[in-house]
Order: sequence, then structure tokens, then C-alpha cells
Amino acid sequence: MRLFKQQNNVLPGFGPTLGFTIFYLSLIVLIPLSALVFRTAGLTWTEFISTVTAPRVLASYRVTFGAAIIAASINAIFGVLVAWVLVRYHFPGRKIVDALVDLPFALPTAVAGITLATIYSSNGWVGRYLEPLGIKVAFTPIGITLAMVFIGLPFVVRTVQPVVEEIEVELEEAAVCLGANRWQTLQRVIFPMLFPSILTGFALAFARGVGEYGSIIFIAGNMPMVSEITPLLIITKLEQFDYPGATAIACVMLLVSFLMLLIINLLQKWSRRYAE
Amino acid sequence: MKISQLTKSLAALVLVLSVSTVAIGADITLLNVSYDPTRELYSDFNNAFASYWKGKTGDKVTIKQSHGGSGKQARAVIDGLEADVVTLALAYDVDAIAEKGLIKPGWQKELPHNSSPYTSTIVFLVRKGNPKKIKNWDDLVKPGVSVITPNPKTSGGARWNYLAAWAFALHQPGGNEVKAREFVSRLLKNVPVLDSGARGSTNTFVQRGLGDVLLAWENEAFLAINELGPDKFDVVTPSESILAEPPVTVIDKVADKRGTRKVAEEYLKYLYSDEGQKIAAKHYYRPINPNIPTKLAKVKLYKIDDKAFGGWQKAQKAHFADGGTFDQIYAPVK
Amino acid sequence: MKGEAFKGWSYKLREEQMSVPTKIYTTHSSERAQTEPAFVRWLLIAVALIFLTLFLALPLAAVFSQAFEKGLLVYLEALREPDTLSSIKLTLITAAVSVPLNLFFGVTAAWSIAKFSFPGKNLLITLIDLPFSVSPVISGLIYVLIFGLQGWIGPWLNEHDIKIVFAVPGIILATIFVTFPFVARELIPLMEAQGKEEEEAALVLGATGLQTFFRVTLPNIKWGIIYGVILCNARAMGEFGAVSVVSGHIRGMTNTVPLHVEILYNEYNYTAAFAVASLLAFLALITLAVKSVAEWKVRQQLNNN
Repeated sequence: MRLFKQQNNVLPGFGPTLGFTIFYLSLIVLIPLSALVFRTAGLTWTEFISTVTAPRVLASYRVTFGAAIIAASINAIFGVLVAWVLVRYHFPGRKIVDALVDLPFALPTAVAGITLATIYSSNGWVGRYLEPLGIKVAFTPIGITLAMVFIGLPFVVRTVQPVVEEIEVELEEAAVCLGANRWQTLQRVIFPMLFPSILTGFALAFARGVGEYGSIIFIAGNMPMVSEITPLLIITKLEQFDYPGATAIACVMLLVSFLMLLIINLLQKWSRRYAE
Repeated sequence: MKISQLTKSLAALVLVLSVSTVAIGADITLLNVSYDPTRELYSDFNNAFASYWKGKTGDKVTIKQSHGGSGKQARAVIDGLEADVVTLALAYDVDAIAEKGLIKPGWQKELPHNSSPYTSTIVFLVRKGNPKKIKNWDDLVKPGVSVITPNPKTSGGARWNYLAAWAFALHQPGGNEVKAREFVSRLLKNVPVLDSGARGSTNTFVQRGLGDVLLAWENEAFLAINELGPDKFDVVTPSESILAEPPVTVIDKVADKRGTRKVAEEYLKYLYSDEGQKIAAKHYYRPINPNIPTKLAKVKLYKIDDKAFGGWQKAQKAHFADGGTFDQIYAPVK
Repeated sequence: MKGEAFKGWSYKLREEQMSVPTKIYTTHSSERAQTEPAFVRWLLIAVALIFLTLFLALPLAAVFSQAFEKGLLVYLEALREPDTLSSIKLTLITAAVSVPLNLFFGVTAAWSIAKFSFPGKNLLITLIDLPFSVSPVISGLIYVLIFGLQGWIGPWLNEHDIKIVFAVPGIILATIFVTFPFVARELIPLMEAQGKEEEEAALVLGATGLQTFFRVTLPNIKWGIIYGVILCNARAMGEFGAVSVVSGHIRGMTNTVPLHVEILYNEYNYTAAFAVASLLAFLALITLAVKSVAEWKVRQQLNNN
């Protein structure tokens, strides 16, 4: 405490604000989450392991995390593209497009879910063209991935955009002076600058995709072993009155979320330092 | 500053709590927690009961409804959703509530016919003209036929679907448990998507145009035709199916606590009255009162209490619990 | 090597430029030196727009087209229905309670984190971010585990006839959890970037703590707050998964607008479902508009510092 006092004795309010922060955090977040852990603790270690590694559960991890990785990758590629286009190029309607990028942030998940399911089903606006090609979107893992691309879209764009804005023209000009062609400039100068933010955006989109429920549940097929997402499995277990099983799987998801967050925060710190 | 903020939020919480308290003054409110397809039925029935009660006692009774998958609703009641009565899809879900002490044991004998004022069965809903010529259960396992059914783990109706298929296969010549399981396995292979509730499946079939045939509650199938296009669908009643008995009961703990026992019991008894039975028939349920006419086809019906299933406790354990036949069918082939 | 040289040179240039509000879009000056050939530019723009149309514009258009499919009258009828109105009321109440609480928390947390340094700060930030990545199903489940009849304090609550889960307080709690980090996440980097010199100066000049906060800090973070609040609000009004678990789905009582959309959808009332959903879509568009303005102002403010 003496250490704190020495560093922070100029600005007031440290004690009360930190105290309230920790209090509110505990009340709303930590204590309820601990209820999860306690409920799971009712299982023995073997029971826990067998619950969270049951074939159907493992399949759901594959679906959830697999789709999230693919979706985040798609978003990484197109997100950089969109960010670049929005910052560097002028075209009519750019401001509107820029604002629209945040739509997945603002649109409620259930609405997004119903709408995506309607569009991509076999008689939907897009689905009806894909169906004859043999591409089934709704109710397959493809549908799940699509929904995750939707919700993760703003993350990469909004993380990369500020960095693209910060790129100084002089760097590119210097590269040209030194004889680089455009592609080399992009590859050797610009891309390394963007890379940390792309990675951060990817991680954020991934974390969001894994956690999402409302927009995916309408378009997922919910077939065990094929297109069942892990949150659905938790609900299924609940409705079989298997509370410890549900909380066990929830704990695994929680752990993954927490790890993802740590990684993201570290990445953000790294990229901030890199940018200096 | 933060203390007054805390007080303000506490005050808001109290205000909100008092607004959400149910019984206000002389008006009586009941909460009926029901399963998915009964929305229209209870919408009608609640109005009828309200006028009946007003005429009989002069009191105003409002019945609030909650709908969802049967298992999900049972769980909610167990977790504290204060239902005065439950009207669920199968006795197993009500048993689960009873096990937690919210209902007195032996509840199913309280009302006639195993506490089921109406019954239903499982039929097929097909596209108009029945292009895939689906007549009976064995048409469902043909290759190229796409079947829609909800997930038995979460939907009561889906469990009836599953057991009806099982019963059919069991009663085929040369049928046994192994053949039955094979049959259901092949059927499930034809299922592209498992919704969590009966309504979800109906929506998938009707609105999203998926599948050739929907396995549905009989009442649900007819309702879908009425609501969504008599020129779009046909109902095909198979030769044999299962007798689905959706039970109703009072939640003793809640009714006693809220003092609504008498109204709740009368509410359920009204389902057995002529008026109640007429409303059930109107919504395509099979009334248990033989004097109420019904346009529904005669079907050979197997019962959950038959030797094949031995009642819900046994059936649930054998088929739908973890490691049961449903899980086994979906287990990856090693 | 090359990189270092660039950095040194450009850093110097940047210092000189910093007093002028930086024009963010530098296309004009770079155009004469080097950029992608025109056709590549337009190709990229086309690809980006196609991508965005597929994923953003299409769903938005679908909501409105389905909602207005049967005409304006039916649309308005759907919105006037009593159950719809009570769901709107519940959504408004939920947002009205959760957003201010999280706003207060966000400001407090940002103050303690941005203006001071202490061990474990990173852990605290990570914990604050936790609800952001937790699945909504889990968010609802945890409150059932505590307040449900089979939960920790459920039986006690039941004896005293206090309803938390399956009633409005539970919905509010779940919403608070889900929107917990929004304001804090916005304010922390903003306040960190702004530093504490202005506040320290104010203190030196004799202001009290609260005066410093209201007169110095608050104006600086005003747009950050608006930004955070509008996002928090959008999520609070639109949350589905977590609320679905704790709601009980009692018609006319414990259904928020998103839940009501699901109910209408499940009753084959598709036009009405999309009509109510369009309300949320409108809200989303308004959120986007306010967010753009706030973002622009924040950028202005940062450049001015």
C-alpha cells in the first residue's frame, strides 16, 4: 500500500474508485462465474474429463472453434481489404459504407440470426442460387461460419483501420525513392506495420465467434456431431436436468474465453509498443 | 456519489420487483407453463375459462402463458419459474419437477386418464400432392427422403416421434430391439437439421422449405395447414403411431404459496368439461370425452406403458439419457 | 536498418505536423508518388463492396423487406399489439437500468486504471473484458445457478417471495453482465492516451478531486462516453441468448423485444416478427449514426491534445 501511495499521491480518488471497481466486478462478474466453477466441482475429476471429452462434445468444439477460426481468417483477409479501401480510396458513398461496417455490432443477434437463416435457406435470396449448385449453406457448418463472419466483420476492420490511417506517406515515398515497386512496398513496408493489428483483430473476431449464440442458433443445423455448437450443447444438458454436465462444459468454454482474452490483451500491448 | 447511486439502483430494483409481482388485489393471476404447440389452444381456452370463472364466482382471473420446449420449460420451473400449473408434453418432464419436491408424488392419478385431458399422436406433414409418396413409417427411411424432426433431447414432441418410429419397427414382422434401432438409425440419417422445439421444426419445414416430410404432433400438423396454406401441405396419418398423452397438473408448492390452488384445480378440471373438450377438438387434439366429435382419423396407437417401453422412466433412460440409443446412433463410427 | 532510418526521419516530420489537425486521408499526396494502378484500386473497391453487400446490406434489406411485405398497415398493427408493447416497455426498462449502472462503473474503472499504475492492472483489464467473450448462454446460466430455486440463495429468495430469475430483475442482471465492459473498454484507452497532466495541473491550481473530474476530465472524455453508452445501449436492447436463459418467456411479462421476435416467429407470424425486428434494425441504424459522429469527435479531440 505504501508503494501505491508513493506513486499516486497527486490525483485523488484512487482508493474509492479502485474499490468500487473491484466490488462491482466481483458482484456482477466474478461471483456468478465462480458459481459455475463450484457447481462443476461437484463432479469428480474423472467424471469431469469424461463429460468434456465425450465424442459429441468434442465434435461441438470442432464445429465451434473450427468455424470461428475459418470465419476469423476470412475476416482477416477481407477486413484488411475493407480497411485499406476505406482509408486510402475515395469513392461515392464511402462514409456510409464506413458507418455500415459497424452494423453487426449494433444489430441484435437474434435479428441477425433470423435474417441470415432466411437469406441463405434454400428459398432465400441467396440460397436459391446456391442450392442448384449443390452448396447448402443454412443448417450446415458453412452457415455457422457465415454467421460468424458477419459478427466478426467489424473487429478486424476497426482494429486495422486506425493503423492504416497512421501509416506515414513518407515511408512509402522513401521506399519508392529507394527503388521498390508497389508490390514490394506493400509487402515489405506496409504489411509488417499492419500485422500486429491484423492479428489482434483476428483474435477478437475469433473470441466473438466462439462466444456467439443468438445469431448462430437459427442458422446452425444442430445435428449432433456435425453442426452443433457448444453453447447449444450446454443448453441441451441443462434441459436433461444434467446441471453438473452443463457447467462442466461451460467451464471449459470459460477457460478458453479467458485465455483468448489474455492473448488479445498481450497482443494489443505488443502492437502498441511496436507502433511507437 | 457512489452511495446515492447504489441507493438509486436498489430503489429501481425494488420498484421493478413490485411491478413484476403477480397477484394484485382481488384479481387472480395464474401462470400456465406449457410446451411449444399449445399456444393457440390455450389462447382460446384461457378466454373461455376466464368468462366461465367470472360467471361462476364473479372473480376476474388472468392466465399468463409461457411456451417452449417441454424439457426446457420443466427445467425453468425447477429453477424457480413460478408456474401454478404445467401442461407439458410428456409425463417424464413433470416427474422431473415432482422429484424436486414441487409436486406431490402420485400426481398423475389426480385427474382422469393419467392427467391427460386430451391426447394426440404423431403424423406426417407433407408437401401438397405428396410428391415423394410418403404413406407410412417405412417410406421415411428411403434414400432421398428428407425428414424434419426436432431434437429428442430437448423437445417432448421429438421424443414421441422417436418412440413412434421405434414402436412401428418393433411391431413389424420379425421386429426386435436391434431391428428397431437400425430403423430409427436410418430415419435419423435422413434428417438434415434438428431444431430444439416442435415449432422450430415446423418453421423449418414450412417457412424455410426444408425437407419432404415433417414428423409432427397431429394438432400441430393441422394447425400448420390452417395457418400456412391448405393448398401447400397435406397431412398423412400413418397406419400406426403412438398415443401421446400430454399431462397437466398443479404445481403444489407454488399454488399453495400463492393461494391459487382452488382456481388452478378448477382451471385444469375445466379442460375435461364439455366446453374444454370442444376447444381441444377444435384445435385438433383428440378429446378423451367420447361424446365430443372429432374429425381425426382412427389410428392404431401404441402406448408408452406398453411392454416395449415400460413407461417413461425406463424409456427415457434407455433412449434419451446420456448413452441411450439416441446417443449411440449419433456416436461416431470407429 | 531501413526501417529505423524511416522511423527516425518520419518521427521528426510528425512532430512538426502535430500541431496541425492531421488530415487523416493522405491519398492526395501519395497519389503523385506511388499507389496502386487505377484498375487494381477499383478492383479492390469492388471486391470490398461485394463482400460488404453480401454480409451487411443484404441482411439489413431482408429485415425491412420482410417487415413491410404486407404493407404499412399490417406493420403498424403488429407494433401496436399488447404483447409487443409490453416487450418494448421491458426492453426500455432493462436498458434504462443497465446502461447507467455500467456507465458509472465504466467511468470509475477507467479513472482508476488510466490515471494510476498498480500491480495487477492487466489482470483487472482482462477480467473486465471477460463478459465480452463469454457465451451469452453461460451469462444467463450463472445467474440461474445463484438465484434459481436449486441455486445458492434461491430457496431463501423463494421463502421471502423475492423473484430474481424468471422475472425482470434477472433479465436486468443478465443484461448488465453482457454489456458490462462496453463503456470501460472505450474510456480506458481514451483516458490513457490523454494522460494525467491536465488533472494534475488542475489540482495544483487548487481544484478539489470532484471539481477536477467534472470540469477537466469529463469534457475530455465526453465523446468517448457517448460512444460507449450508445454501444452499451445497442447491446442491452438487443441481447438475446443470455436473456433467453433467465427469462421464463412469460408472454406479456418477461419477454424483451428480441425474445418477442422469436415468439412471433414461432407462431408463424413472420411479418410481425420481422416488423418488430425492424424496430431493432432502426435502433441499430441510429446507433451507427450516433457512433459515427462520436467517433469523428473523439478523433478530433485526440488530435487536439
